[in-house]
Amino acid sequence: MVDLSINFAGIKAPNPFWLASAPPTNSGYQIMKAFEAGWGGAVWKTLGVPVVNVSSRYGSVNYRNTRMMGFNNIELITDRPLADNLREIEEVKKYFPDHAVIASLMVESRAEWEQIIKDVENAGADGIELNFGCPHGMCERGMGSAVGQEPEVLKTIVGWVKEAAKIPVITKLSPNISHITDPGLAAVQGGTDSISLINTIKSIVGIDLDSYAPYPIVDGKGTNGGYCGPAVKPIAMHMLKDLAQHPEIGKVPLSGIGGIETWRDVVEFILLGATSVQVCTAVMHYGFGIVREMEAGLRQFMEDKGYNTIYDFAGKALPNVTEWKHLNLKHKVVAEINADKCIGCDLCYIACDDGAHQAIALSDDPVNRIPSIIEENCVGCNLCSLVCPVEDCITMVKKDDGTQHITWNERTLNDDIPVTFDDDRAGGKGHFVPKPTDALKNER
Amino acid sequence: MAEYKRPTTKAEFDKNFKQKKPLMNDTEAYYEASRCLFCYDAPCVQACPTHIDIPLFIKQIHTDNVTGASKTIFDSNWLGNACGVVCPTGVLCEGACVYNHQDVPPIQIGRLQNYATNKTIDANKTLFKVGASNGKKIAVIGAGPAGLACACEARTLGYEVDLFEAKDKPSGLTVHGIAPYKITNEEVLKEVEYLQNQLGFNIKYNTAIDSKDELTMLETNYDAIFIGVGLGATRHLGLEGEDKKGVVGAVEFIEELRMKHHNTKVPAKVVVIGGGNTAMDAASEAARMGARKTVLAYRNSKENMGAYGFEYDLAISAGVDSLFNVTPIGIVGNGHVEGVKFAKTELVEGKLQTNMNNTFIVRCDMVIKATGQAKQGHLYDLIDDLDIDKKTRIKINSEFQTSNAKYFAGGDAVNGGAEVVNAAYDGKMAAQGIHNWLNK
Ligand SMILES: Cc1cc2nc3c(=O)[nH]c(=O)nc-3n(C[C@H](O)[C@H](O)[C@H](O)COP(=O)(O)OP(=O)(O)OC[C@H]3O[C@@H](n4cnc5c(N)ncnc54)[C@H](O)[C@@H]3O)c2cc1C
Ligand SMILES: Cc1cc2nc3c(=O)[nH]c(=O)nc-3n(C[C@H](O)[C@H](O)[C@H](O)COP(=O)(O)O)c2cc1C
Ligand code: SF4
Ligand code: SF4
Ligand code: SF4
Repeated sequence: MVDLSINFAGIKAPNPFWLASAPPTNSGYQIMKAFEAGWGGAVWKTLGVPVVNVSSRYGSVNYRNTRMMGFNNIELITDRPLADNLREIEEVKKYFPDHAVIASLMVESRAEWEQIIKDVENAGADGIELNFGCPHGMCERGMGSAVGQEPEVLKTIVGWVKEAAKIPVITKLSPNISHITDPGLAAVQGGTDSISLINTIKSIVGIDLDSYAPYPIVDGKGTNGGYCGPAVKPIAMHMLKDLAQHPEIGKVPLSGIGGIETWRDVVEFILLGATSVQVCTAVMHYGFGIVREMEAGLRQFMEDKGYNTIYDFAGKALPNVTEWKHLNLKHKVVAEINADKCIGCDLCYIACDDGAHQAIALSDDPVNRIPSIIEENCVGCNLCSLVCPVEDCITMVKKDDGTQHITWNERTLNDDIPVTFDDDRAGGKGHFVPKPTDALKNER
Repeated sequence: MAEYKRPTTKAEFDKNFKQKKPLMNDTEAYYEASRCLFCYDAPCVQACPTHIDIPLFIKQIHTDNVTGASKTIFDSNWLGNACGVVCPTGVLCEGACVYNHQDVPPIQIGRLQNYATNKTIDANKTLFKVGASNGKKIAVIGAGPAGLACACEARTLGYEVDLFEAKDKPSGLTVHGIAPYKITNEEVLKEVEYLQNQLGFNIKYNTAIDSKDELTMLETNYDAIFIGVGLGATRHLGLEGEDKKGVVGAVEFIEELRMKHHNTKVPAKVVVIGGGNTAMDAASEAARMGARKTVLAYRNSKENMGAYGFEYDLAISAGVDSLFNVTPIGIVGNGHVEGVKFAKTELVEGKLQTNMNNTFIVRCDMVIKATGQAKQGHLYDLIDDLDIDKKTRIKINSEFQTSNAKYFAGGDAVNGGAEVVNAAYDGKMAAQGIHNWLNK
């Protein structure tokens, strides 16, 4: 029997689907609606010092017919009075005692931290999330990502919080930094119970070509926003993996955030070590109902694979995410075109000829435009299979027999580092590269 | 105008009756699914008589959770696979898709639905479990869409279910009546088999329930009875010469076609009488069987036809000719039909009147009467206290219960003739009604 319930650093929830601290968690109304829809937890929109917001707050990147592939905002933390939020936290907990309600906090002085922690504990919050990530506005006031980018300051504040708090503490990290392990380690050394990531990435999503201002435009001007949505998922997953593989940071539970929309995203984050996931943009796009697709898909996956809890497969991909130097240099794949499926768009040809390794030949027959792979030239880069618009038309077929295995690391240890360009698959040896002048259509 | 060669083999038959909604391939399904906007409180869901959560199953297809998509579909509609291709989606879900308001083709919901369920059925994935046995038994009269849906739902609720079916195949008009270019016999039967394998209801074939004794037997041995007998044979018109050879009912003609395919005899000239969807189907089918001339004759105007516009267009594109404002007044011929005598009709003060001074004969070798099916009144008369309305439709309450508390009913027998999807909904709801009643 599949059991989706979790215990995240002592915070219990009926499932790992949490709402990230953001507009969807602005009020008790929204969070109750979300819990009814099936969400297992919610991180309340960040509470803290009084702020004012601007009007015109979001911008987006639309890619072809996909709206909001990337999303950015210049909103600050909550602008609703603290007392209202506290009262609503209490009310939500009354109706949903088994769901996780986590208070996201952002204040400045130690005294302010101690006071607000007491306040949310009294209101019945199950945990605290420290917002060290907001990359606009709040950082100009020395909070948010201004803290997330200074590991020492971060460590000090986590220390204050841990001394004051009786409930579990999650530290939310900013991705606007070179090495995520620096603030990650600082948080763990400061005593955090767990880490969540990522907050938004500094961004400009577009410039208006008439007013020459970046979106979102506030009376003719704009500022950098925080980027999120499907576009940031690869960055979030990489940072999550860095933390999960770290010998010290990896010991605390990790909550994955960034571009999560479907069950597949959820499974991928769990495979990289997350044991709860948080969602903002996808809910802002489609509403709370998307959790049904996530839950049905996650359950189906777990049933198919025979897992009972998410802990049965959490982190299962981590051993397979390694350094380049540990990859098998003898592994060989070659593209293969399924002539029955090919529709003759020749996108694979032009991608390979102009953008890769000149390993695809056009058909001589003008009617049947099916191209062919020049096997000797194919380095197995995957490009053609990625551009092909037909499902399973180009497949990458394994050509080595699996008996040979050598990595760069092993070659280094064996003192076998090449001194000449001797790779069979590279231009110049086994692989044929056309003469530069073959490119010219006209005499020059 | 299409001209069809008379099919002499199964392959030629399949060519003439090419599927209107062929199975999608993976690429098509992926792209089509990616177009869905995932509307909130989606109009397509509201327009589906079984309220399938369409954006949810489309998203599941898009994220490669085809099994989950099928679960979503079957959760609402036990005949989700057949409905994907036989539903008149243009007036249901697809007709409601918001893309219509932008003059963009609506999402092909029916074909996406069929894509998902086909994969699941072919992989024989178990999606449902029989409910824990509650020791009670339900009898279902008629293994058509309504009866099957009732059986499936009742099994998940823990009832033993026996279906009594007059014919030798399950699924009623889905296999015997629907046009062969909408769904093949194999496709209909494989869905029933798939459901039966999982849910284990019993179907007793060639077992018509048509006597008081049999009904008494059911009443004694079962806790509740569901009537899903649909409609009966084509109604008699009372025309002079109607008994001549070559004069057939549309339902009977189509049933023969579905069972015998290319071996069905269709002569050179065919007249189809009627203006509903069944008439359109019969005319299309006669033309596809290679009739040289097929004439649709309807007593009212084109605007007043009961058939959907797209069904009429389909018949015309198959090469069918049409005559409007004509009514048959007799069949001529010597033993075998040689023609139909028609009189012109006209609207006089809003009423359709026959002008007996304006008559003519259309020569033909076959007449197909598509003028409605009779109701199963003879059966209803045998059931104590069973209320029926003026049109011989069984009356039910909101729980699908009839005036005789032990009997529940749904499908064509109740609505007088609608679609498979309506019957599927009724059957499911009736099983829930029975469950509520038995657990009162
Ligand atoms: C020509 C034609 C074309 C159609 N095309 C479409 C279409 O394209 N799409 C669509 O959605 N719908 C279509 N329909 C309508 C659709 O087929 C019906 O609405 C649907 O099948 C009704 O289901 P049912 O279970 O109520 O009845 P039926 O399908 O009629 O099933 C009743 C079953 O009960 C059995 N039975 C009857 N009497 C007894 C008895 N006394 N004892 C035991 N068994 C009995 C019958 O043999 C039959 O198997 C069409 C109908 C016709 C006539
Ligand atoms: C409009 C908006 C406001 C946000 N406000 C907050 C906030 O108050 N506190 C916080 O910790 N994160 C905030 N975030 C960041 C989100 O919680 C989340 O980390 C980020 O959006 C990435 O997830 P996503 O790709 O699912 O949107 C906000 C994001 C958006 C889009
Ligand atoms: S989404 Fe709502 S608050 Fe935002 S601009 Fe539109 S109407 Fe106004
Ligand atoms: S990209 Fe795919 S479909 Fe297009 S020509 Fe190449 S193999 Fe064929
Ligand atoms: S109405 Fe159309 S676009 Fe909207 S959810 Fe339904 S199928 Fe998708």
